[in-house]
Amino acid sequence: MKTTRRSNGSAHASQGAGTLPEVRAGRVVKDKLVTALLWCTMGGIVLLLGGILTFLSARGAGVLSWDFFLEPPREAMTQGGVYPAIVGTFQLILVSMAFAFPMGVATAVYLVEYARDDFFTRTVRLAIRSLAGVPSVVFGLFGLSFFAVFLGFGPCLLSAGLTLGCLALPIMVGAAESALRSVPQDYRDASYAMGATRWQTIYKVVLPAAFPSILTGGILSVGRVAGETAPIIFTGAAFYAPHVARSLFQEVMALPYHILVLATAGTNIEMTRPIQYGTVLVLLIIVLGTTLIGILWRARLRLKNVR
Amino acid sequence: MKDSDTLRGDRIPKRVITVLASTGMAIMLFILYFLLREGLPVLRHASLGELLLGSYWYPTYDPPEFGMFPLVVGSLAVTALASLLAVPVSLGLAAFISEVCPRSLREIFKPILEVLGFFPSVVLGFIGMVVIAPWLQERFSILTGLNLMNASILMGIMIVPVVASLAEDAMAAVPKDLRDAAYALGSTRWETISRVVIPSALPGILQACLLGVMRAVGETMVVLMASGGAALVPRSVLDPVRPLTSTIAAEMGETPVGSDHYFSLFFAGILLLVITLGINVAAMWVERRGMRWRG
Amino acid sequence: MKRYLIGTAAVLCGVLLAGAAFAGDLKMNGSTTVLPIAQAAAEKFMASNSDVKITVSGGGSGNGIKALIDGTTDIAMASRPMKDKEKSDAEAKGVKPFEIKVAIDALCAMVHPSNPVSDLSLEQLKEIYMGKIENWKALGGEEKAIAVAGRDTSSGTFGTWEEMVMHGEKVTPKALVTASAGALLQTVAKNPLAIGYDGIAYINDSVKALKVGGVEANAANAKSGAYPLSRFLFLYTNGEPQGDAKAFVDYLLSPEGQKIVEQVGYIPLN
Repeated sequence: MKTTRRSNGSAHASQGAGTLPEVRAGRVVKDKLVTALLWCTMGGIVLLLGGILTFLSARGAGVLSWDFFLEPPREAMTQGGVYPAIVGTFQLILVSMAFAFPMGVATAVYLVEYARDDFFTRTVRLAIRSLAGVPSVVFGLFGLSFFAVFLGFGPCLLSAGLTLGCLALPIMVGAAESALRSVPQDYRDASYAMGATRWQTIYKVVLPAAFPSILTGGILSVGRVAGETAPIIFTGAAFYAPHVARSLFQEVMALPYHILVLATAGTNIEMTRPIQYGTVLVLLIIVLGTTLIGILWRARLRLKNVR
Repeated sequence: MKDSDTLRGDRIPKRVITVLASTGMAIMLFILYFLLREGLPVLRHASLGELLLGSYWYPTYDPPEFGMFPLVVGSLAVTALASLLAVPVSLGLAAFISEVCPRSLREIFKPILEVLGFFPSVVLGFIGMVVIAPWLQERFSILTGLNLMNASILMGIMIVPVVASLAEDAMAAVPKDLRDAAYALGSTRWETISRVVIPSALPGILQACLLGVMRAVGETMVVLMASGGAALVPRSVLDPVRPLTSTIAAEMGETPVGSDHYFSLFFAGILLLVITLGINVAAMWVERRGMRWRG
Repeated sequence: MKRYLIGTAAVLCGVLLAGAAFAGDLKMNGSTTVLPIAQAAAEKFMASNSDVKITVSGGGSGNGIKALIDGTTDIAMASRPMKDKEKSDAEAKGVKPFEIKVAIDALCAMVHPSNPVSDLSLEQLKEIYMGKIENWKALGGEEKAIAVAGRDTSSGTFGTWEEMVMHGEKVTPKALVTASAGALLQTVAKNPLAIGYDGIAYINDSVKALKVGGVEANAANAKSGAYPLSRFLFLYTNGEPQGDAKAFVDYLLSPEGQKIVEQVGYIPLN
């Protein structure tokens, strides 16, 4: 008994009773149970994701055809396709990234290469972190009151795109910052040693080295932006615009908003069900496809860095 | 290094970059300014007490009532129930990926989790409407399947990847020495996880949970489509609710711009921002304490 | 590095230089109730007028009218007449809203098909929704509690119901609130004890529409005004409609356009 307690005691003083094999066995059984439980949790999540995807594919795949991708909605949205919504989604992505990408990279360059630990830097960091936590519908309110009303753009592609860009900014900054930080200090030192200025070092050495990683961050931000609905409801999403927008000041259809209106508005909700499933599937292909490309590419880059 | 700053060709890029870097700050300030500008005028017509504690949300009546208590309770109820469902699962996932999972499978499971995190919320809301709602309605023979339970389940799915991946980062950051020491003393894996890894990663785990909660409070589409939309204080999990976010999204378009109703919706936006910023600050505080705690 | 930057800049300029609105663009914005009509009509209209490009967005009545006042839309759709505040705002900005009635919408009180009750007076409806009448027995039905269901307080449908039935009395907080017309229909269709209301366009065989004060909810009664719960749906333009807007409005008011109104499920004007 005494030896038992000594051999076991330092780690688990509470488990005094029983002989060593008994105690050990109980603990091992418990360990196995918990391990099994953890495996089940992971399995459950994989099944859940798989189940959702299978369900949506099964219901939506029947609708998908070239016509569905290339035609505008017809017959009060009960037939036809989602061509304008697909194009609109890509236009929104383009506008938002045209804002968020350069701004995000510039902010990250500042934070990594220039920033000193002063008040300005701390404020920038605080702002970016707060921005990351702002609810998407609040971005919508901001976009409505600032871009659409205050700046007078009205609800349009530009307002909606910039609103999404504001939402993507903190994601972009985070991705670009970690990309810049992963550039070895040696590169910078070597550049300085050859007499390059700080800007030359950033522009010619650090950014090119970090660029692929920054780009994967950009791709992941695209995945986030493409699926957002709340920020564009008031800022530029159209219910029906069968023609592709030719200027920044036109409203556009977008896939997420299209899903929302088909599922909640209109007098023939049941008759548009197949189209709804099809639209959901198209959005998922775009969002999850983009995301997957981003994640896989990033993984490959990391692997290369390790080597 | 210092000298290079003063080179002429270097000064302009630095200024440009610094100015561009303040964009985020400018946006945040603009958001605060515009929310306050459009939200505070409602206080001319309703006191703060009426807004926060009034239990009747009848914004279109004459005279209107802007009691946001049921909306705030709705937001909190969905968030609380979703967290209750999601946090244990998330921590389980984090522990699994960080401690149990074989290395080769980890490279598959982590991306799966990340992909789940990018799932568009409007699609989840759609699933809530066409799958979960009819099922709940049949199963419990209730009036509507669009309710607190439905929204919370979907919201749980939204925040699992957030909490799990952040908590996993925290657990993975626990030094291997600590685990080795625990194993060397004869601990089983579960004992190592529960008594060494989790306590050691606690600040990070807490932060993960807070950020998950923050995400849940601000989530819009899921609650807009699946929560039922009744501005009531729910008495059971099968009652419909109307959180702040879905109220804004549903009503903003129907109200005349510049009306008290319009101002009150911006005020709801202020409340949301205050709640999420508060949680964010708490998360940062935990992070700072955590750093000091571990030394 | 330079290549990337130049590429991005080129794309940006391309997008920006694409220019402002083109001739032949017609923007419509407003009530989600009117959306289905506008969408279906726009589709048919563009099929025969391919040079006109119509955009329909559904921000809600208030949003549409605001857009008209700001000059960001050509035609505002509304499920209610303009409010006084909106009229004075428009005047202040020099906008002269021109009202066009395009269709009639009738609200129907509906119950489960198995419910023996088939006729209620406005007063009875009001007392049911106030929570004063709580049992079907008082209305000639079974000895069972009434499950009162309605729409959320901010919807246009609720506003109409409140105005035409409730007359300023509050709907009981016990009422079940649903977020959309479709959801309310399903709620009533699935619950033998429920009562609800929806626009006539949504009513189908899964529920029973009630007579109100002995008058059946149908097109003839709504047009003649005999059915008490009917309302007009409106388009607003700045001044009398001109050009493409006029062509579209004329089309919608033509027999062909009014047939679309009927197909979508609302009641044509004549």
